[in-house]
Amino acid sequence: MGRQVGIVGVGQTRHGKRMDVCYPDLVREAVRAVFEDTGLSPKDIDAVVSGSMPSMMEGVALTQFYFADAMQAVGKPILKTETCGSTGVSIAQTAYYWVSSGMADLVLAVGHEKMNEGDSQATMTTVMEPFYQRYFLAGAPGVFSLQSQEWSVRFNIPADKVREAAARISVNHHDSAANDNPYAHLKLKLSMDDVLNAPIITYPIRLFDVCPNSDGACALIFASESKARKLGLPTAWIKGVGYRGEEQFFGDSDKAVWPSAVEAAKEAYDRAGIRNPRKELDVAEVYNPFTYQEMLFYECFGFCDFGEAPDLVLKGVFSRKGELPICPSGGTLCTNPIGATGLIRTAEAALQVTGRAGPRQVPGAKLALAHAMGGIDQFNGVIILGSEK
Amino acid sequence: MKEYHTIETEVRLPYQLAYGATWTRFFEGLKEEKIYGTRCEQCNRVLVPARTFCPRCFVDTTQWVEVSQEGVLRAYVLTNYSYFAQPLKPPFITGLIRLDGTDVNFMHLVGGFKMDSLEAVQAKVQNGMRVKAVWAKNKTGNILDIRHFKPL
Repeated sequence: MGRQVGIVGVGQTRHGKRMDVCYPDLVREAVRAVFEDTGLSPKDIDAVVSGSMPSMMEGVALTQFYFADAMQAVGKPILKTETCGSTGVSIAQTAYYWVSSGMADLVLAVGHEKMNEGDSQATMTTVMEPFYQRYFLAGAPGVFSLQSQEWSVRFNIPADKVREAAARISVNHHDSAANDNPYAHLKLKLSMDDVLNAPIITYPIRLFDVCPNSDGACALIFASESKARKLGLPTAWIKGVGYRGEEQFFGDSDKAVWPSAVEAAKEAYDRAGIRNPRKELDVAEVYNPFTYQEMLFYECFGFCDFGEAPDLVLKGVFSRKGELPICPSGGTLCTNPIGATGLIRTAEAALQVTGRAGPRQVPGAKLALAHAMGGIDQFNGVIILGSEK
Repeated sequence: MKEYHTIETEVRLPYQLAYGATWTRFFEGLKEEKIYGTRCEQCNRVLVPARTFCPRCFVDTTQWVEVSQEGVLRAYVLTNYSYFAQPLKPPFITGLIRLDGTDVNFMHLVGGFKMDSLEAVQAKVQNGMRVKAVWAKNKTGNILDIRHFKPL
């Protein structure tokens, strides 16, 4: 293991449809916010990591050049990390490796996306090769619906029950986003009936089971232990990271008991010394662009047994006042600027364990999980953050 | 809020992607109404579509196998929305199909019936049902030479 690393600052833009700013100005909004949060300035930063969706989303290639000024990366080493939906967690883990290795003491990590400027689902399909899978998997909804459908049938979960549990998740997250997260994109007040009876996008997934197309950026500063001590800022310590990929073809691995999700979480738990995640974790920011898939993650992450998640959702185990609150930010379901999203999960987890999450704070939270997944159900990354090392 | 201006732009680039030996032979097989996989001699799995190497064992696959045109539907999704340059016109059903004698899920369309309502689809499609390849009349060496898999 390398050096101890902590997150000492968090900056987010207001997320949503941001046609009021050009893309570099949006990135700068998050970067300025993290400097304001920490009192640090660009000259303090040793290195910069950034990332986004594939260039087909941005319409401009190599965004680390486009945003070099907005990120104040000029004259510094810079890396871009890009793993589709899991980009944000990959950026965070890249920054972590950089500081942990001893090669840098302060690293600025920036994730960004302007999804309203391009076509997100057309971009998603370019992740698939054009002679086989691209015909059949209709963007993210196609991929995640196929997976969710397989999972619910595999574990004999009655369709009505899984639909009701998904709707409960949707109502809860939309409530949190609307009431408690000033940065969230969607500010909707939804009833169970609204969600249950929404139009089908890709069966079984309906309109309010799906995240929006968001514009937004997020910036974090990662510090070595000695630097963090010197700065004296509220610090979220990285206790464990895990990341796993799978074969290129969707049909080659099991997506219901999803190996990359199971193993990424296990690696992070092992490093953090976590044995019973549901009991030990105080809050989890699970990457949940789809309500159905969120339940599958509970099971892959060991929050409960396979096939058990919908029952526990309906009992309130994972709601804001439940045993393990999931996404008090409203999550990816209500805000999804993809390249930033995994970093937002990490930011929200860092805010929780430092007691700075405002109205969405889980009282006394000391141990948090942040997660993102990406590609054609190909990648999963998990980070465990703690209030103590 | 004040409305600021935007610019419309597009990126359009031509590509010529090489199939190489394995994909070429697989697609030639489709023209003859044969579905080819390859067997990994190390883990003994039959992989379909055919692969040059086993993704798990990282050894060359050496044995070509004409696989069954029937199998079991493992999962499906009904797509009913559109996006830019979508290759197929919705509604359509994508299935994960475990062809008999193979060890991975083959992805293709499930069809041959009306999809005008969810109820119509649910009456026809269930995980675990058997399906069979239906071939297109004009075959060009493309994955859509299989028109779809029909419920048996």
